[in-house]
Amino acid sequence: MGADHDEGEAEPEVSATGRRLLRLAEPYFYSAPVLLLIVGVMLIPLSVGLSYAFRDIQLLDPFSGGFVGLDHFRELAADASFSAALRHTLVWTIVTVALQFILGLVLALLLNREFPGRRLTQALVFLPWAVPTFLVGLDWAWLFNPVVGPLPSWLFALHVTRDANNLLSDPATALIGPIVAAVWWGIPFFAITALAALQSIPRDLYEAAAIDGAGVFKQFRSITLPLLAPTIIITILLRTVWVANFADLIVVMTNGGPADSSQTVASYVFTAAFRRLDFGYASAIAAVLLLLLFAYGLAILSLRRRLLHRYS
Amino acid sequence: MMRSALYWASHYLLLALYVLFALFPLFWLVKVALTPNELLYSEGIRLWPSRISAEHFRFVLAHSDFPLYFRNSLIVSSATAVIVALVSGACGYGLSRFVFRGKSLLVALLLITQMFPLVMLVAPMFRLLAPLGLTNSLTGLVIVYTAFNAPFATFLMQSFFDGIPRELEEAAMIDGATRFGAFLHILLPLTLPGIAATGGFVFTAAWSELLFALMLISSAQASTFPVGLLSFVSKFSVDFGQMMAAGVLALIPACLFFLFIQRYLVRGLTAGAVKG
Repeated sequence: MGADHDEGEAEPEVSATGRRLLRLAEPYFYSAPVLLLIVGVMLIPLSVGLSYAFRDIQLLDPFSGGFVGLDHFRELAADASFSAALRHTLVWTIVTVALQFILGLVLALLLNREFPGRRLTQALVFLPWAVPTFLVGLDWAWLFNPVVGPLPSWLFALHVTRDANNLLSDPATALIGPIVAAVWWGIPFFAITALAALQSIPRDLYEAAAIDGAGVFKQFRSITLPLLAPTIIITILLRTVWVANFADLIVVMTNGGPADSSQTVASYVFTAAFRRLDFGYASAIAAVLLLLLFAYGLAILSLRRRLLHRYS
Repeated sequence: MMRSALYWASHYLLLALYVLFALFPLFWLVKVALTPNELLYSEGIRLWPSRISAEHFRFVLAHSDFPLYFRNSLIVSSATAVIVALVSGACGYGLSRFVFRGKSLLVALLLITQMFPLVMLVAPMFRLLAPLGLTNSLTGLVIVYTAFNAPFATFLMQSFFDGIPRELEEAAMIDGATRFGAFLHILLPLTLPGIAATGGFVFTAAWSELLFALMLISSAQASTFPVGLLSFVSKFSVDFGQMMAAGVLALIPACLFFLFIQRYLVRGLTAGAVKG
């Protein structure tokens, strides 16, 4: 690419074939550091982790390490905490992504109109996205705390809850806390993505529709929605994987408790590795999660192909 | 006219609700951090205490390990941001300007790393890094975070380079510039804001990372801010004022970077979201 032009520079020390080889090697030279990093730090540990799923690996036991075949998976099948974690993962992922998406889309539509103070408003409503996730978790845990947080007494005053206790310490409601925190943190992401897609829709489409007498809702249904659909659908599908894997808020706010009532598969991997120090079992849980996400990924790809086919 | 007035009224009302929802948790954090201890239990849920004081901030800055954690996090996040900008910049440049054998394989590998659950790596990472002396070390964290952020940053950088027409460099090379000279004098100045924004994203991500830091770091000396704050919370869980004062400190660099990358958000995240 354009490299044909350096023929004019005479460099006697390097032969023509040497220069050609160097030119061929150039792009590999640029991508080598990243390739080394992801192979060394991600792909090799990933395969090592997969092998742990079939081995007995206890961090504090130097005699562990033997192969146990499918023992971990048999244990998983009988583990009530794990099947609960599967259910919680489904609830956590669907509710979080749905709320993030709906609230984010509405926000993007509001910000897509020009009005005085729009830039400032945008900076303020996007601010939660910049808050480090561990702090998001701690902050919301404090807001739900009856001693220093206002939420329990407010919810009680509004008759939403029957008492002013901490909903994070009640097994029936514990998962609500991390979901609220995740929605608060994730709205800007969807709003930003939707806003970018909205701004790529040509304005004259709306003007033409308005001349033809289409109202705001009609315009939304027949211009905005169909043109937004491909980007939005891909974003939702990718975000679903991300949210399903995202354990920080649960680890910080409830640690999966009380009594595993807010444990998702991702947070269970972490609990098994970090609290029980049972790396073999943790890796088996992670392997199941990987398998589920792989199946989901295949579903996305086929859907994406169909979508691209329809919209191109 | 009536209809349009009604529309704008509800438009502003809805936006006001969003702003309120976005800012309230942060307001509360600052409020409790400023509430003196003797008022915390009597006025814990009032919107503003009858008296405020900076005692918690003074304590956290002078008598706790938080300045050390802050420094550690600053080192780890800045080093990660700089290294990622370099290696991903190079890789993004290669992907944007060259056609080469194995390119689609490389892109596929980068995409795969974005899809699989990173929690899978928690256990093997610890076992692989321990013999290398990279647990309880800031260097270990920088290596791990660099690898985690490189793929996303590569796609981002590629999209920035793709935005600059190739003809600009080609013209310079016809005029006698080397490829590297063309990169240095034409491409680099034009993409510098993009590179800085990528660095900002990576800095924020490294600053926020918790799970791997918890797993890989056990000594207070090498703790990053999230690890330090979480261990403080589990040890002194009644000292709300101090915890929240520390929380406000953790918020500062993230907010600074947010202000800085704000302008690139819509463009940057789109590139990342669509491709990674």
